[in-house]
Amino acid sequence: MSENKKPNKKKSRRNFLNSSLKVGASALLFSTATSSCKKSGGKVKALTQDGKLIEVDQNEAECCAPATPEEARQGIPNRKFVMVIDLSRCRNARKCVEKCQEAHHLLPGQEFMKVYLMQRSEKTSPYWFPKPCFHCNNPLCASVCPVGATYKRSDGIVLVDNERCIGCKFCMTGCPYNARIFIWEKLETEEEKNIEYSPETSIPVREGTVAKCDFCPDMIRKKQLPHCVTACPMGVIYFGDINEDSVTNGEETVSFSELIKTYDGYRYLEVLGTDPSVYYLPANSRLFPFERGLEGLDDELLERYKNTPYFKNKKHG
Amino acid sequence: MTNCSRDIRIHRILKIRSMDKTEYNLLSEFAPQLRTRTNLGKTWMIILITGILIGLFGLYIQITRGHIVTGMRDYVVWGVYIVNFIFFMGLSYAGALVAGSLHLMQTKWRKPIMRMAEILTVVSLMIGPLFILLCIGRLDRLYYLFIYGRIQSPITWDVIAISTDLIGCLIFLYLALIPDFAKLRDFQDLNVQPWRKELYRLLALGYQDTPEYNKILKRSKNIMAAIIIAIAIIVYSVLAWIFSVTLQPGWHSAIFGPYFVIAAVYSGTGVLIIIMWLYRRIYNLQAYITKEHFVKVGVLLLILAAFFGYFTFSEYLTKWYGSEKNDSLLIDKLFSEFFWMFIISNYLGVILPLIIMGIPKFRTINSITFAAIISVVALWFNRYLIVVPTLETPYLPIQDSRTEFLFYSSTWVEWSTTLGGIALFCLLFTLLSKFVPIIEVSGFSDSKN
Repeated sequence: MSENKKPNKKKSRRNFLNSSLKVGASALLFSTATSSCKKSGGKVKALTQDGKLIEVDQNEAECCAPATPEEARQGIPNRKFVMVIDLSRCRNARKCVEKCQEAHHLLPGQEFMKVYLMQRSEKTSPYWFPKPCFHCNNPLCASVCPVGATYKRSDGIVLVDNERCIGCKFCMTGCPYNARIFIWEKLETEEEKNIEYSPETSIPVREGTVAKCDFCPDMIRKKQLPHCVTACPMGVIYFGDINEDSVTNGEETVSFSELIKTYDGYRYLEVLGTDPSVYYLPANSRLFPFERGLEGLDDELLERYKNTPYFKNKKHG
Repeated sequence: MTNCSRDIRIHRILKIRSMDKTEYNLLSEFAPQLRTRTNLGKTWMIILITGILIGLFGLYIQITRGHIVTGMRDYVVWGVYIVNFIFFMGLSYAGALVAGSLHLMQTKWRKPIMRMAEILTVVSLMIGPLFILLCIGRLDRLYYLFIYGRIQSPITWDVIAISTDLIGCLIFLYLALIPDFAKLRDFQDLNVQPWRKELYRLLALGYQDTPEYNKILKRSKNIMAAIIIAIAIIVYSVLAWIFSVTLQPGWHSAIFGPYFVIAAVYSGTGVLIIIMWLYRRIYNLQAYITKEHFVKVGVLLLILAAFFGYFTFSEYLTKWYGSEKNDSLLIDKLFSEFFWMFIISNYLGVILPLIIMGIPKFRTINSITFAAIISVVALWFNRYLIVVPTLETPYLPIQDSRTEFLFYSSTWVEWSTTLGGIALFCLLFTLLSKFVPIIEVSGFSDSKN
């Protein structure tokens, strides 16, 4: 049955995306333009959280004032963010990882987004698995935090306030997906000292505290997509709002529910009951052979996959 | 008012004259230990202080250079420190349970070892939490636990439970000390510095060996004994829940609470036997701590070894038999990379004490102490096996370019602070045993007869 379906599946996906592009376009949430900070300096009207209309400097409103730790505890009203990762398109280009590291001032090796080489079992085919923080709706990390440094917002985003974090690392053992990293040493640059910290930007990271993927709420506030979404050359990552039922990868905007329904979207380790906000589309009818993901990787990166069953079986067979 | 205080004074003089002969002898015997400084004692102090200094140096390095100097990394976020934390907390639990239950059951032979168990409880309760502090990335923000504390977090449960336990155990120890402070106050031949005599007088709180005082004291001790048993069970379960509330394959287990409690009493009883052996030798207490005591506490060790073996078996049997993927990975790891450690902690640590204590012929003071040492070492490794291999086998396989992140290997900093902690434990224990008689003097004759 599924064998018969396969050949036209790729085609149907394209058709589906074309048709839903029109549906989703009206609900377009994010401007896909990459330009960020306009230096106009004009005044714009903005609505505060308690419903007052205020006039603020455009620069400030758009880019120059990241949310303070207190402001960052409130979600963006009426939003519920969701991410869909299409595994059939990922070829381990690692652009999402690199852009994320650059935007969050991370060192090589420190990755909010990790790309895993996964294989369900020996007989099944391997696939590339980009893994951000899942921003669970039942986040164990936030439950176990003794000081409320990590929290779940109304818009679904789970953030870490590294000015509150005491570095007990309980959240790191609480997270079943290893989504969190610890800042083990002080490597703050001079430039970073002048950056105003915001949990929404996660910069600068602080020694002795925990950091993780934040879904880039600073970008969302600027009506832009998270860095990993725009950086991906394959359009693997869709980001959007479940309330509006639309997600976009920057090129096409589609209906979230249709996408999940049509391609049998799933969440990783659903059995754990963490209720993640990140969905995956299975890696069937893929655009690239899996091996493409190994091309051009340097030795250090190849090394991390050497212990996977895929490589071990290859060595034996 | 004046009449009353004069009455007390007269009563006190009478009391001293009629001081129990055994107690007088005991005091004369223990008094030298409270003041003399032997060469052995001096060397011991120098060793301990050196150990503490090494620990402080490690701590200094860790604070100035950050946690990067430890072997902990993003996957194995906790290491030797949390193992030490569980270990020392376990010792305190044993002290509380042994002292509390022996007291409540009015066990006749308990007197000579009660004080050791009580001091063990309090001192290890002070050392244990120091190790969890070493795990914390931002010690400067520790007070956030109080100003931003959230009751949903098991760490908050721990903070509440441990501090309650410490207060409870201190009160229990102090209640037992009051009559002895009074004895020391009233003991004319006590040749110590005047400030110490004054301190004994203050700490005795005006206690007199009268039926009224003793009735109040006995009642308070009974209440506190019951309370500390309950608190200790709660504290140790809460500690286990820090692990078992997470979803990690090796930790997410319903039996972790009772398993930790049993393991704690087991290792703590082992340490109690070691302490009994040491003080018996050093203070020449052969007349008070007899083979009978070793056998009695040894039988307790036997029962606990059996329980510990049973819990360990249940825990790993279910993981292995069901062979869920992540459980299998963990079991495979335990039986390959950690095999020698698994042998020591879960085979030798159960079987050797069972054999030594189970066969009456083998029950000598030295062999019982040997079994105790085995149980203590085994239980440290048991905690290591609970913490480290689990963190090395998360749900998502570890794929990282930084090779030092793949496996945990402890560093000298972690070992130096561990050494410092152990030295501090020994120092506090030694100092307390220099300040009060290591064997409860008051009421000794009653229980002996």
